[in-house]
Amino acid sequence: MIFSILVNEGPYTHQASDTAFNFTMAALAKGHRIFRVFFYHDGVNNGTRLTTPPQDDRNIVARWSKLAQESELDLVVCVAAAQRRGIVDDGEAKRNGKDATNLAPGFRISGLGQLIEAGIQSDRIVTFGD
Amino acid sequence: MSTIKKFLFVNRKAPYGTVYALESLEVVLIGAAFEQDVSLAFMDDGVYQLKKGHQTKGIGMKGFEKTYGALEDYDVTKLYVDQESMAARGLTPDDLCVPVEMMPRADMGKLMEEQDVVLSF
Repeated sequence: MIFSILVNEGPYTHQASDTAFNFTMAALAKGHRIFRVFFYHDGVNNGTRLTTPPQDDRNIVARWSKLAQESELDLVVCVAAAQRRGIVDDGEAKRNGKDATNLAPGFRISGLGQLIEAGIQSDRIVTFGD
Repeated sequence: MSTIKKFLFVNRKAPYGTVYALESLEVVLIGAAFEQDVSLAFMDDGVYQLKKGHQTKGIGMKGFEKTYGALEDYDVTKLYVDQESMAARGLTPDDLCVPVEMMPRADMGKLMEEQDVVLSF
């Protein structure tokens, strides 16, 4: 089956990102395809490479980045939600005159059309978050 | 991208206090721009999103009541409101800023079953 995943809450505050990650791992292990993981609302905060949790805790952001690399996952952060919350890549930094970027490896910033496309192309969209 | 799917956006939260209602509307408009078969459902405190006369000056936030009125321009005309949620809050269709179809909760379940994609905000 082709799944897409929607993550609507930020890391650490809410379990949504952890559960989405575990679901994604389980789906891949069962041989399903993940068309896309889309981060919306505070979920965009899962895409900042500046995250630095204590060493004995899981690194939620790095974990997504690693999985993206290993499984060629498409991790998409919503541009409008990201702009509100200060998640920036090179292109956005240039466009908006920012002096820094913080998008984590394996993530890309794009529009809400990517979420609608995920709905069209996938058999199921599974939402994590309130 | 010629596939047309049935998208239902379920709105459960009050319009202000959290960003969900505003960011849900943004997805709805993109869904309409992609020429999908878009419906909206309003349940729980989500029915307050459609209440006439949002006054947001006091909380320093941009009001977006007008966007609901503009949905028609995007061919988004299927707006369903949960009857029980309305009754629990003392609201009638006259209190709302756009025309809606009042729907008993049991039928809301059927509506969701008919969809290809259900996104809840």
